[in-house]
Amino acid sequence: MSTMSDSLVIARRNLIRMTRIPEMVLFGLVQPVMFVVLFTYVFGGSMKIGNSTDPDVYKNFLMAGIFAQTVTFATAGAGAGIAEDMHKGLIDRFRSLPMARGAVLTGRTFADLVQTTLTLVVLAVVALIVGWRPGFADSTNVGKILGGFALLLLLGYAFTWIGALIGLSVRTPEAATSGGLIWLFPVTFISNAFVDSSQMTPWLRHIAEWNPFSATVQACRRLFGDPGLSQSGAWPMQHPVWASLIYSALIIVVFRTLAVRKYRSATA
Amino acid sequence: MPGAIHAEGLVKTFGDVKALDGVDLDVPEGTVLGLLGPNGAGKTTAVRVLTTLLRPDSGTAVVAGVDVLQNPNEVRRSIGLSGQFAAVDEYLTGRENLQMVGQLYQMGAREAKARASELLERFSLADAADRTAKTYSGGMRRRLDLAAALVVSPPVMFMDEPTTGLDPRNRQALWEVIQELVAGGTTLLLTTQYLEEADHLAHDICVIDRGRVIARGTSDQLKARTGGERVEVVVHEREGIAAAEEVLRVLGKGETAVQEHTRKVTVPVVGGAKLLAEVIRELDTRGVEIDDIGLRRPTLDDVFISLTGHGAGKGEAK
Ligand SMILES: Nc1ncnc2c1ncn2[C@@H]1O[C@H](COP(=O)(O)OP(=O)(O)OP(=O)(O)O)[C@@H](O)[C@H]1O
Ligand SMILES: [Mg+2]
Repeated sequence: MSTMSDSLVIARRNLIRMTRIPEMVLFGLVQPVMFVVLFTYVFGGSMKIGNSTDPDVYKNFLMAGIFAQTVTFATAGAGAGIAEDMHKGLIDRFRSLPMARGAVLTGRTFADLVQTTLTLVVLAVVALIVGWRPGFADSTNVGKILGGFALLLLLGYAFTWIGALIGLSVRTPEAATSGGLIWLFPVTFISNAFVDSSQMTPWLRHIAEWNPFSATVQACRRLFGDPGLSQSGAWPMQHPVWASLIYSALIIVVFRTLAVRKYRSATA
Repeated sequence: MPGAIHAEGLVKTFGDVKALDGVDLDVPEGTVLGLLGPNGAGKTTAVRVLTTLLRPDSGTAVVAGVDVLQNPNEVRRSIGLSGQFAAVDEYLTGRENLQMVGQLYQMGAREAKARASELLERFSLADAADRTAKTYSGGMRRRLDLAAALVVSPPVMFMDEPTTGLDPRNRQALWEVIQELVAGGTTLLLTTQYLEEADHLAHDICVIDRGRVIARGTSDQLKARTGGERVEVVVHEREGIAAAEEVLRVLGKGETAVQEHTRKVTVPVVGGAKLLAEVIRELDTRGVEIDDIGLRRPTLDDVFISLTGHGAGKGEAK
């Protein structure tokens, strides 16, 4: 019995399902693309980043935030999928098989990672089309850019485990979808993703600067050479790559443990 | 030696419903136990406990020599389960479903694939093998689920109402599969609403009601408990009942029973067909018109009704 091979079998099952329900993948793509376009053209002209109100600066500032928001919003789908599985007879089949304990959940998170990667690729292309230029404010290279995307995927993967725990804690997939989204609004908006956090009132600013989500956004800006880096002295803003790695790893360890425990006790 | 399935004192309560109220079971290796009981009797709960899906409040269970509560994962290697409701992935094809289950039983990809094809053939699903299970009829899903339970030919099998929803041809085919399995040494615990099925397949029968075992034994033993042959007469008009009862009292061996609304009179007899002819002659002489007359041997249905006070499928536990 191997967690990895069982998880891959389950991941494959979930990927096959995605190809059989392509509209799910499609909606997952449309929403972030819409955000890119809306934020760029609606907010672009009126946002102040540092001392600049240049729409091009905001556009380049914004993309890391939208990327990060996209990978986290995708996690609501994972929760809904798991909630659905838990209330179908199929879960009895899985639970009666000699398979690794966490494989049903881990396999699902792997499949979601594949979907998130696909979404990010499409989104990056759209971002380039509307005028995102890596290296706009600072030098970058392909390695750094890929590093930034890797941090985004890791953040998305970590948040998937929170989505999984929510999916296991509610009774219906619908509840998992809304429950999986609600908490993401404050997390992604009380951050440096869409506005310059230095302009927030002090208590909000502290939350924003220590928000795990902000660390990844800041890390991406630095790696992509985007404008609008936070100059705050807060540790995660000073060492965003490390902060992003540590936060994501912590979230995975804590929420994977909780989710697997919940899964095991859920139907017993 | 305890059997391949052995349980003692299983108790499981849901709120104030006692789904299992001290159930003991023992199924010797290579035999079939038919678990019978009305809706809500606790059959599915018992199966779920024995297949590691549900922890009982108290009691012990050993399956294939392994303690179900201590070592559930070890038990899972040795069992196949076909639950009351088909457990298949609707968005996967029949073939993909079986391959996935094979791989989760730790088979290699190629072996799982070969096994899937074999089972699809055996359960007459070859033509639909590459369609998603969503497009399957209820009976087809049922068969796919049974195939999934048989992927590794486990030594101990559990089937919860396996033939519910199958047409007569497929039911027959499944009976043959089950008989083959048992001939090959598989131990099987089978729940069913079809008493005929238990009669046909099971070595031993265990009747449960409201979470308690109320009778157990072979089908013949249970039938013997309900009594031997009877003559049953249905008269054409109510006025004939008294006369018919009189005839049966004289010719029968025991107390007559009258069911007014169905105009049915019954009496235990010895002597079988010869006596039946005598009854008919006597009724004819007295001018009692009859709709139906017959010699009845007790069926499991009779056993069931006499034990639970209601037929199979009635009397939901509250
Ligand atoms: N998860 C549950 N929560 C609450 N009550 C339950 C649960 N599972 C079973 N019960 C109750 O336990 C009792 C036994 O149910 P069980 O499913 O074992 O019956 P059964 O013999 O399989 O019936 P059927 O022939 O209808 O399938 C019923 O009264 C049922 O309502
Ligand atoms: Mg049942």
